[in-house]
Amino acid sequence: MKLTGAQAVWESLVREGVDTLFGISGGAVIHLYHALPDYPLHHVLMRHEQGAAHAADGYARATGKVGVCIATSGPGATNLVTGLATAQMDSVPVVAFTGQVATSYIGTDAFQETDITGITQPITKHNYLVTDVEELPAVIKEAFHIARTGRPGPVLIDIAKDVQAAEFEYEYPEEVNLPGYRIPQADLGGQLQEAAWMIDEAQRPLILAGHGVILAGAEDELLALVEKGKLPVVTTLLGIGAMPETHPLCLGMCGMHGEAYANLALSEADLILTLGSRFDDRVTGPTDRFVKQAKLIQVDIDPAEIDKNVTVDLAIVGDLKDVLPALVPLIERGDKASDHKRTRPLWLARIQEWRGESAKRDIVEQETDEMAPQYVIRQIWEATQGQVIVVSDVGQNQMWEAQYFIHHHRRGLLSSGGLGTMGFALPAAIGAQIGCPDEQIWVTVGDGGFQMNAQELATVVQEKLPLKIAILNNGYLGMVRQWQQMFFEGRYSGTPLLGPDFAKLAEAYGIASLTVREKSGVVPAVSKALAIDGPVLIDFQVEQEENVYPMVAPGAPVHEMIRRPVAGGK
Amino acid sequence: MDKYTLVALMEDKPGVLNRISSLFRRRNYNIESLSVGHSEEPGISRMTIVVNGGERVVEQVAKQLDKLINVTRVVDVSDKPTVMRELALIKVSALPGTRSEITELANIFRARVIDVAATSLTVEITGPEDRVNSLINLLKPYGIAELARTGRVAMVRGVNGSNGLH
Repeated sequence: MKLTGAQAVWESLVREGVDTLFGISGGAVIHLYHALPDYPLHHVLMRHEQGAAHAADGYARATGKVGVCIATSGPGATNLVTGLATAQMDSVPVVAFTGQVATSYIGTDAFQETDITGITQPITKHNYLVTDVEELPAVIKEAFHIARTGRPGPVLIDIAKDVQAAEFEYEYPEEVNLPGYRIPQADLGGQLQEAAWMIDEAQRPLILAGHGVILAGAEDELLALVEKGKLPVVTTLLGIGAMPETHPLCLGMCGMHGEAYANLALSEADLILTLGSRFDDRVTGPTDRFVKQAKLIQVDIDPAEIDKNVTVDLAIVGDLKDVLPALVPLIERGDKASDHKRTRPLWLARIQEWRGESAKRDIVEQETDEMAPQYVIRQIWEATQGQVIVVSDVGQNQMWEAQYFIHHHRRGLLSSGGLGTMGFALPAAIGAQIGCPDEQIWVTVGDGGFQMNAQELATVVQEKLPLKIAILNNGYLGMVRQWQQMFFEGRYSGTPLLGPDFAKLAEAYGIASLTVREKSGVVPAVSKALAIDGPVLIDFQVEQEENVYPMVAPGAPVHEMIRRPVAGGK
Repeated sequence: MDKYTLVALMEDKPGVLNRISSLFRRRNYNIESLSVGHSEEPGISRMTIVVNGGERVVEQVAKQLDKLINVTRVVDVSDKPTVMRELALIKVSALPGTRSEITELANIFRARVIDVAATSLTVEITGPEDRVNSLINLLKPYGIAELARTGRVAMVRGVNGSNGLH
């Protein structure tokens, strides 16, 4: 059939199963927007292209499908950059379309021209500049294939304006032709048997589960492995949700602000089975002092992650969805009373002991009138029983959410891990809510991060999204303030932060709002928010100089943590 | 630090060279030389990359290169029986008194004098890098006015074609 390039884009999206996209129009995408109303696609008009990229990312994280965003050339395209880098660092499947100036103008510094393929090359899995309409269908087919397979990631397609207008005979290819793109298939033979032996031999085994488990959709397979082997699990920040945190063998998050018992387990394990995690420095601390006592097995779909940050004893390259089911039958049951296993109950008991010690230091257990941000998070959990998706921002609020919200919901935590993008939460939650209309979604965000993308409140109203937005408002860029307090002589340079009256701001957009100034107001405010059908914003004016504990100081190994003093001055 | 030689095959498409050089820059890899041209297969270019670093770095370079969608194959040929050559053009100051000495040196190295001017000679040498280096060192005292080197190209000995690069 005869189509224009613009029509070909939308036709191809429909064929890829896309029904939603996030974007902002502009001169270099005007042909695309002109053709858009003829296709069954829900276009969500965002208020900033960064928001469009994060929304596509949040949509993808929540649904597992490819998120799509669109922006015009020049500033529209460059505004996507932070969102694409966020998706790239966290391996999120996104396809971004940008308009480019007409082919004859490329390279002339034309109005709103920018070399977006050059700019995004290191922050996308792949990108394309399309200057010939005949190439368009194959490029779109390839882009979706690349974005969603193997280790997922963002792909950008830059389309010259004249290409969007050009007519051609459209045909969508059935197959992709990518001779340089191979998706690793795990060898399910010898290596796997060796892994099983190593697990069986181990006296203090531990699983380190990362985002890869969730990206692979291998949560059930992980649970089967854990339960058969009685293997305790720690997760990375993005691995939260890979395993229900209500499970007795799940120790929660490890790393710089991980649970003390999770970090102690890491530093005393004799075998660590790493699944879909890339040994980020926030997990390992200095790698030359990271878990030297343990043997390491790493399973990852990306061969380049093997031995990149940490050298492992055994590596298996492949999809966890294939590897884990093949591994489960090979390992022995962890509760079988064979000789070398007698130590395993001791190991679990030791972890339990560390756990009890942590509880004593827990701020939510302490009787105080101060409104601790951790208490706020815990009350949201209590009121919802964790049956919600939380989209957290970056900084202290992100760590408190990770520590005090007990995640047992699949894909129940969406957060910017690798890039640590402040301003992520609100637009990502918009994407997540549109992708999962039946889920209740909470945004937990600091006053700093909220002000980085607050303009998207308009999108929330426009799309009638019932988001519950909890601002942990401490009047600081809190994580940096904490570092300044601990390591920079308490000099609060550039961190005290003036904010607006957030409740009034929400009101101005037509969003219900609450301000909470006292600890006693937290529980009523959360129940009130739950009783309101539409969106609600709650400004929790929390204790200003609360810190995130435990904390592994920069440069220290993971077991050397700065702990919260035990209640009662002990 | 050791030198390793990687051979990479890639689709001959716009921007591919940039993707590769950008990868080296972004990952902070120390590249000694890089040479690129057509391979025996239409649409496929062949690159020889000389990397400085330890074994782990080289392994990472190879894996990261292989991750690029347009790169179809990467092989570390460092420990394979390989023919390695480099071509250099050396413009050296030559006056009537030194011209014959320089020509003689070139002959010893099986290099060729390809241009003669009033005050200079241009010598072309092809060979393993150490031989190229030796000639350059010997010519230095005469005064090298200009030097152009291609960087190493490498090929594994034996009958296999590029697809047999295992």
